[in-house]
Amino acid sequence: MLYREAGQFKTSYAADQQLFPIRQDRIGILILLAVVFLVIPGVAGDYWFSAILIPFLIFSLAALGLNILTGYAGQLSLGSAAFMAVGAYAAYNFQLRIDGIPILVSFVCAGLTAAGIGILFGLPSLWIKGFYLAVATLAAQFFIVWCLTKFPWLSNYSSSGVISTQPLIIFGHAFTSPQEKYLLVLTIVAVMALAAKNMVRSSTGRAWMAVRDMDVAASVIGIRLMPVKLLAFAVSSFYCGVAGALYAFCYLGSVEPDGFSLDMSFRILFMIIIGGVGSILGSFLGAAFILLLPVFLDIALPWAARLLGLPFSSATVSHIQVLVFGALIMFFLIVEPHGLARLWQITKEKLRLWPFPH
Amino acid sequence: MQFFLEVLISGLLSGVMYALVALGFVLIYKASGVFNFAQGAMVYLAALSVAGCMEKGAPLWLAIILAFVIMTLFGIATEKFVLRKLVNQPPITLFMATIGLAFFIEGLAPIVFGSEPRALDLGIVDEPIAVILDAWDMVISKFDLVAAGVAALLVTALALFFQYTRTGRALRAVADDHQAALSIGIPLQHIWAIVWGIAGFAALVAGLMWGARNGVQFALTFTALKALPVLIIGGFTSVPGAIAGGLIIGASEKLAEIYLPPVMESMFGGNFGGIEGWFPYVLALFFLLVRPEGLFGEKHIDRV
Repeated sequence: MLYREAGQFKTSYAADQQLFPIRQDRIGILILLAVVFLVIPGVAGDYWFSAILIPFLIFSLAALGLNILTGYAGQLSLGSAAFMAVGAYAAYNFQLRIDGIPILVSFVCAGLTAAGIGILFGLPSLWIKGFYLAVATLAAQFFIVWCLTKFPWLSNYSSSGVISTQPLIIFGHAFTSPQEKYLLVLTIVAVMALAAKNMVRSSTGRAWMAVRDMDVAASVIGIRLMPVKLLAFAVSSFYCGVAGALYAFCYLGSVEPDGFSLDMSFRILFMIIIGGVGSILGSFLGAAFILLLPVFLDIALPWAARLLGLPFSSATVSHIQVLVFGALIMFFLIVEPHGLARLWQITKEKLRLWPFPH
Repeated sequence: MQFFLEVLISGLLSGVMYALVALGFVLIYKASGVFNFAQGAMVYLAALSVAGCMEKGAPLWLAIILAFVIMTLFGIATEKFVLRKLVNQPPITLFMATIGLAFFIEGLAPIVFGSEPRALDLGIVDEPIAVILDAWDMVISKFDLVAAGVAALLVTALALFFQYTRTGRALRAVADDHQAALSIGIPLQHIWAIVWGIAGFAALVAGLMWGARNGVQFALTFTALKALPVLIIGGFTSVPGAIAGGLIIGASEKLAEIYLPPVMESMFGGNFGGIEGWFPYVLALFFLLVRPEGLFGEKHIDRV
């Protein structure tokens, strides 16, 4: 009853080609944007902003980047954290070395730097695929982090490569409170998510999906593999790079190369597996799930321990977290290989018929 | 020259250790087409269960048998509860499932056996061999030599098993073509359980060696990551390739660690240790340029 597109006639090409063709979707997105931009800043506390909402948005952006590469273009990458590191260090260096560069411009430049390095490490994808490519991206992961540690110029000669980010000043306004940072991150993420949504349905996105589904067939129907694959690496690394810059500037404030470890790359990969491979919405759902699960387990496990009368040390709790992570990954892959986003899609299909069964 | 030889030999011998881990990968990939990322976690689990059983008072031989039973049961359980449910999924999904499995093991093993690092005493001392030290003034560890011997033994045993036993033939048939193997009456799931059992055994051997060398600790899981470039160089489907790849990676990484930093320091200044961390991957990348299917791998042909 509520979610039915019957009667929504499209009378122009513009109406047919818009991002959200169904009216209910448009209304839903507007309500969502209104809530996150207007309501949440009013009601959420500082803890929520700085410990949950900001990292959620940043990791969503990184997951979005990886999803473009892995979910849409079908190139498995285990090096997303390294590209985040490139973004973070590039943004820091642009701020440091170019006098008076606006912070948003340096974020964009950081993304472009990450994109350049992404293209470099994406080159092997032209002649290898699958697991072989995963190993190639592992080379990126280890090599980039090593470089950031060993070349002191990149971290302005600080000890062990730790950088403390410059203050966030945009048009003379300093973003200092968690609330302001949240709004800044939210704006960037919202714009980039809509851009991604638009990109994946364009001819570029369709070419990516064709390459993902079968690259030989794609090249037979006239898709040139080289630019398509490299563009996927560039766009994906751009998203990861911006996410890394935001991670350094808006979330932690000071980062070290070892913080962008392989573990983080895996977490981002898990986000897209659980959220939904090849889905924009899935990146957000997956990021929320992966970030909230430890918080939930932190609360639930001691409670369960008391209930069962078992003494859980904090080490055991962290092991159980890892165990639950692993079990959930396998569970999701078995039960719902398309992730949480698929559940939302099923809900929408059900809603379309509701309240009738057929 | 002498120093070079010493570095080279110690590299080759540590390469044998990588090859031991890579063997487990190859076995599973050959028989089921699953790229088992959890092999490193299985090495950890194996080493930890040996150490755990010994802590409970079991002698070494009993602990090894118990660990073997644990690994086999674990392999069968993995096949039954995870892989069987993922039949007909694309390889990438299976790969991700094994990443999940790796995390599962990394969480489970310390809960059962405790997470503190432990020493594992196999009764082989890690000291230079006196004869070689006297004759050529070269330091070659007894332990490394034993490890190399064990690896050689394992490879020979596996080769014989694959070549001459009924089960081995069935395994090769399954590796060649699942459907054809099924059609002549080879029980696929039975075979997969066996393969996971053998991979568990390979993990146990690797776990014993690595555990005795570096202590039983969480860092063992990282050996799996080093085994990946070994696989690329050797080819995913070749047992001898795993050995050759391991030797190449082990030797080149040690040589790079010794000889590259001084060069880089003279070029850029500063301290460039830790090249070992990424060198194997970059080497594997360049290898892919020349031979994408690895040294002994089967040539990949695309069908549309």
